[in-house]
This record gives sequence, structure tokens and C-alpha cells, in this order.
Amino acid sequence: MSSNASKTTPAASPKQQQQQQQEQQAAPASQPPTQQQQQHHHQQQRSGKNEDAPNILVYKKMEAIIEKMQAESTGVAVRTVKAFMSKVPSVFTGADLVAWILKNFDVEDVTEALHFAHLLSSHGYIFPIDDHALTVKNDGTFYRFQTPYFWPSNCWEPENTDYAVYLCKRTMQNKTRLELADYEAENLAKLQKMFSRKWEFIFMQAESQSKVAKKRDKLERKVLDSQERAFWDVHRPMPGCVNTTEIDIKKAYRRGGSSHGTGSSGASVAKNPVEQLTRIIALRKQKLERRTIKVSKAAEALVAYYDQYNEFDYFITSPELPNPWQTDSTEMWDTEKNSSKEVPVRRVKRWAFSLRELLNDAIGRDQFTKFLEKEYSGENLKFWESVQEMKALPQSEIKEAIQKIWQEFLAPDAPCPVNVDSKSVELAREAVNSPSGPNRWCFDVAASHVYHLMKSDSYSRYLRSDMYKDYVNCSRKKIKSIPNLFGVKR
Amino acid sequence: MSESAITASNVNANEKMQSLLREAENLKTKLEEERQKLNDVNLSNIAERLEQIAYVNIKPRKVLKGHQAKVLCTDWSPDKRHIISSSQDGRLIIWDAFTTNKEHAVTMPTTWIMACAYAPSGNFVACGGLDNKVTVYPITSDEEMAARKRTVGTHTSYMSCCIYPNSDQQILTGSGDSTCALWDVESGQLLQSFHGHSGDVMAIDLAPNETGNTFVSGSCDRMAFIWDMRSGHVVQSFEGHQSDVNSVKFHPCGDAIATGSDDSSCRLYDMRADREVAVFAKESIIFGVNSVDFSVSGRLLFAGYNDYTVNLWDTLKSERVCLLYGHENKVSCVQVSPDGTALSTGSWDYTIRVWA
Repeated sequence: MSSNASKTTPAASPKQQQQQQQEQQAAPASQPPTQQQQQHHHQQQRSGKNEDAPNILVYKKMEAIIEKMQAESTGVAVRTVKAFMSKVPSVFTGADLVAWILKNFDVEDVTEALHFAHLLSSHGYIFPIDDHALTVKNDGTFYRFQTPYFWPSNCWEPENTDYAVYLCKRTMQNKTRLELADYEAENLAKLQKMFSRKWEFIFMQAESQSKVAKKRDKLERKVLDSQERAFWDVHRPMPGCVNTTEIDIKKAYRRGGSSHGTGSSGASVAKNPVEQLTRIIALRKQKLERRTIKVSKAAEALVAYYDQYNEFDYFITSPELPNPWQTDSTEMWDTEKNSSKEVPVRRVKRWAFSLRELLNDAIGRDQFTKFLEKEYSGENLKFWESVQEMKALPQSEIKEAIQKIWQEFLAPDAPCPVNVDSKSVELAREAVNSPSGPNRWCFDVAASHVYHLMKSDSYSRYLRSDMYKDYVNCSRKKIKSIPNLFGVKR
Repeated sequence: MSESAITASNVNANEKMQSLLREAENLKTKLEEERQKLNDVNLSNIAERLEQIAYVNIKPRKVLKGHQAKVLCTDWSPDKRHIISSSQDGRLIIWDAFTTNKEHAVTMPTTWIMACAYAPSGNFVACGGLDNKVTVYPITSDEEMAARKRTVGTHTSYMSCCIYPNSDQQILTGSGDSTCALWDVESGQLLQSFHGHSGDVMAIDLAPNETGNTFVSGSCDRMAFIWDMRSGHVVQSFEGHQSDVNSVKFHPCGDAIATGSDDSSCRLYDMRADREVAVFAKESIIFGVNSVDFSVSGRLLFAGYNDYTVNLWDTLKSERVCLLYGHENKVSCVQVSPDGTALSTGSWDYTIRVWA
């Protein structure tokens, strides 16, 4: 087992993994070695190359907590419990554990403490002494600490042959506490089929391990047996239990290099430290040149945004109409769809927050368009909209659309000229006629100029206009025939 | 090359590295000094005048069961009630989340579909993952979906995230090859590529501003970048995380971003102040964050963790508001619905849940 432990196999696709597992050669498995050996082995593992393995960050944090838990006077009280005719060595109760977590961590309540304990257990750091389901109950159930040798940070990737030897061994030991659970018996049967040709070898391994085990002290054996069982409960969990050793394939892919796939070009850049540093230096220089505002200003802006929007935040303020998810009534969505009938005040109110809000609302945009037409400045919005629409077109239609916009709004003889400064027009002209062909962003400067114009001029006048005020009042009074009220005469 | 020449070039390279390291460190110190001058008060101090959020009325409302493996990504339809989900089982499922019915299911030739996204029209979906590709499906009958699929773009490593930037005609992707790319859907042409990260790109989000020209990316190089889509350049960068940045999301105001990382913290970076303005972390939270999203007002940040929970953070007071229990394995994705009425969460426990 130890020979496999140090290798970090890049996770393959599930299919490949299965295949691998089936093809793997029989490897000698053993019971955990003596305490001394364990420590030695453990240190080797720690100094190994696994520092960057996907789950290692979390394992390290958990291990720091486990160490605290095992502290002599301040940890969880571990004792040997006398039971009828026998002793239960080195255990603590779930209730003690939960109480310890509540006392020593900034968890909110028992639920969170229990969840925390459950995670420690499902990752194999603590385990119930006679249950395959790795979880913690807040009662008198007994739990035990896993030996560091079996900690998941050692990057165990035990093979099926090891598992077969282990299960096989349990059948030889003739003890009720070692009896196979139903799912384990099934697994053993499957493995026996899979490894039929080398079953003799597996059997011999199991036999010799069993003999070694028999020589051990009774209490020590109890502990070791349970720790070994818990190890397999982590790596071959009972059906319905989470396998916590599974890693995010994205993370495995990256760290494992490209055992499959085409390999990433980015990785080669990442491995070039000079290039990486140069890039970081450039970014920091860029940051130094940047003009920024005080944190207080930014903070005020964030708080102000909340002030403005909190009544629209369904998680904070309950809506006018019942939330469909809470009531199973779709009234809210239905009303929105039939918005020609009535627009809720709250929605209209939002139009005053920013030009973006106004334009994001179909009815608001419609209103603003009508207002601009009345003011004879509709071309600004039309131009801005045309540019946004053009940007959303497929590449094949871009060229034509750009010409059209140029002809309509910017060209010297444009039928619908927009009021843009000459510099923006010049930039647009260059972009339109650029030898590499115009791109979808060629009118961006002009468009943002127009947007600012609308924002600072027409938009603020719209908000002060009777048109908007009437609309707000109308939506208050729930007037039905809005189109009549706002029909624009030309 | 003679042995001495090799040694000499090694020494040179070493010296160069050393001087670069020094320069980078000096810049960092200088930058910290500069930013400190403007760091006059904490966000949580300014937020003191706000009332505490004592209680959030949020409960599990729907459970979507049907995937046969880990749910890796979900996206809300613009219609506010449908959800698309992608899974390790190689399937893409379109749900009516409101009735919990499965409306479509498509099997991809690859497993591990890491990302999926609805087009703004709601008529197409894009997805991809370990196949390194982004594929578009029209939403029609199941058979037709499979027949009319199109591959739009290909990366040189897995595709970790994708979004449609305001148009059905373009897709923006992030990849394990450490780049992002903007693709023309119709032709499959690469419109712009974004080089700069030195680690896998894990997440992207489009800025909610009127032009839609900027987006943010988070990467395993522990950085978040703001990009200009037009130039393909990084316009702003944020560091601070101690490990992979798994998730990035724009604050609804468009002037700040939130990040979630394997270092088990979420952070709020303000673009105007050009710095981190809040860290959301607790001693008892030790697992990584996979996904974050804001509520409509930006006050609440929902964060999905590897410890099976979703934490709700008060972004202004930097306090945790509550915890959502329910999933039985890692929470891989969280997303607030387009109208802000609900939260969807996807998990390695094969389910998707809707909370409201």
C-alpha cells in the first residue's frame, strides 16, 4: 500500500479510472504498521510532493483542528469504557465532541457544530466505532480518532486488490464485529470475479495479515481493526454515503499535467517564472498609475445602492405580489407579461434610478423614445440602439450594418445626423475605413458620447417631465388604457 | 556549450529572476502604501447606520432530481422559471423548475460538462467541458437538439465556463488553457482572445453596464481580471486570495466584484477604489468556495461551499446572515434567478435545489 501512496495519479475520466482499477496488479496490503513505523511513514508523506494536491488545503486545516481536539488537557476527553465482559478502548462520545466544537469554534449553534463534526467524520478523521456510515450524532455514541497513517492527506489511492485482501481477511477472522456488511459481501463477490485468476494470491495475502493480527494485544487489535475499517469506509464508502476523496476534475487535470487531453498551452506560460513575474510587474505598474477614490467614497456608493434597491430585493423586502416560489402562484409573472394593462409603481420608480434602468425596461424604453420624439432628439437613442444591435449581430452581417449606421447617422450627408464631437466622428471614420476591416466596436466611442449626452440632458428632463410624472401617477391609479394617454401626435 | 558557459547563463538567469522578484516586491509595497492612503475607513463602518439583517425568509422550495452524477453547472432561463443544468453524467437537462418537470434531456459525447448557459433569447443553450469545446444546441425536441448541435469554439484544455454576452450570436468562454475567448456563433470565428492569466480560468461574468464591453475572470493564479472585450486587454486586476479563485460575480451596480476561492473566503473588490474592501470568512469555515452570486440590492452574497452548505453574507456589514443546509455533497454552483425571486443551487449530490 505504501508504495502507491506517494504517487499522485492525475484523475482520469471515470471510464479510464475504472479501467485502471481493473487492470491494476495485485499489491501487497497490510495492516497499519506499528506506531514507530507509522510516524516515520507519516513524515515521509508530509515532506512529499503532495503540498499542492487538490484537497490538501482543507486536509491541513482539518488536521490542525484534530490536533487541537487531541490535546491532552484542552482536547476532547478520550477514555476506555468498561462494558459487560469487555473494554472499549480510546473512545469519546458524540455529545462530548459537539460540546467541544461549540466551545472552541465560532460556530453558531448545535446544528452547525454537528455539521462540522460530520465533515470531520466523512473525511475519515473521526469515526463511529461500529457503524459504516461516517457521521456524528449528538448523543452517547462512541467515536474514535483515526491514526495519522490513514489520514486522507497521505493521498491514498488504494487499489481494488488491497480492498479485496482486506475484505477477504475479515472473513477469516471469525469475529462478530468483523462480519461483513451486506454491501461489503457483495463487493467481495464482485472482486472475486474480477480477480479470479489471482485470487489465490489475494487469499494468501489475507491469510498472512490475519495471522499477524492475531498476535497483537486484544485492545490494540480492536483499535487497529476499527481504524482500518474506517479507512475503507472513506475510500469505499457504504452505498448512499459521500466519497469525500473524489476531487474536482478541473483541479486534478491542472495539477496532474496532461495524462489525457491535449495539454494546455497556458500551463507552459505558467511554468515560465520570468514571463509570469514580468506580467505581475506590468499589472502592478498599471495599478499604480490608476486614479482611485477613497474607500469611504466607494463604501458610501455601495450603501447608497442598497438604499435605493433594497425594496426590490426579494430576499430582504417582500414584493407587492406574492413570490411565485413561495406561494406557487404565478400571478407576479402573469402580471408582468400583461404589463400593457398596468405597470406597478415600484417598476416605474426604478426608471428614475438611472438611464440604464429606464432602457432595460421595455415599457420604459418605449416611453423614453416617445419623449425624445416629442423633443425632436430621437436620433440619439436610435443611433445608440443601432450600435448596440449591430454589436450583437453575427460576424457575417457586421460589415453591412456598420455601413448602414455610418450612412444614416454619421456620414456628412446623413439623413439622421447625431450630435457627436468631431473627434469621435473622426475615430469612427478611421475605424469604418480601416484596412483590416471595421469591427463591431468601431462606433463605441461615438455611442458612449451620445449616451452621456442623453444621460445628462434628455434623461434628466424626462424625469422632470409631465410625461413621466403622469405615468407614475397613472400606474398608481392603475389606469388601464395607457396607450391612449400617451399616444403621440405627429 | 561548455560547462562554464552553462553555469554563467544559469547565474545570469538567476540574477534576472532575483531582480524581477525584487521589483515585483517593491511595487507591491509601494502599491500598498498608495492604497493605504485612501483606505480611510472600513466598509462595515460606513454600513453601521444600516439595520442588521436579523432574518432572511429563505427556504428550500423545489428539488430537481434526474441527473445520475454530480451537477456541475446551472443557468436560469431569461423566462425566470426554467433552468438548464449540466452534469458529470454527460447530460444536459432543461427543467421547468417551477413544476420540477424535465422538459428536455440531451446526452453529450463527453462526460463532465462543466459549463452551460442560456442564450438571451432563451432559444439556445451553450455547453462544454472536458471536450475542450463549446457547443450550441437549439431548444427544440430532444432528437432535433442533438441533430442540430454545432461546435462553436475549441480551447486547448477543458472549458470551465461560458456566457452569452448580450447576444445569441456570441459566446464568451473561459478555459483550463488559461485564456478566455469570444466566439462568433454562426461562423465559429474567434473574435477576440484574452491572454493574461497564468493559471486555469475558472469563472467569468459579464459587467452589468449599458455597453457590455467588459467582463471579469477568476483564475487558479489567484487573481481576478477585468477585461476590455474590444482590445482584449486587462484593464484592472485584483489580488489577495491565497488560493484558486473559483468564482467571480459583478455587483449589480457594476462597480464592484465578489470572488469565491479555495482559500475558503469570499472577497469584495471595489473597482473605483481599486482594492479589496471586504473579506467574508470565519474560523469555522474551512472548505473552499465554488460559486457566489449577489441578491438584487447587492447586500446579500450567496456562496456555495465544498462543505455542502450555502452561506449568506451581508456584504456591507461583513457578517454572515445564515447558513442553508440541505445538500448532501459539495455545492458546485449558485445563481440568483433573473428577477431576483429565487436562488438555485447545484450539487455533487446529483440534485438542484431552488430556494426562496
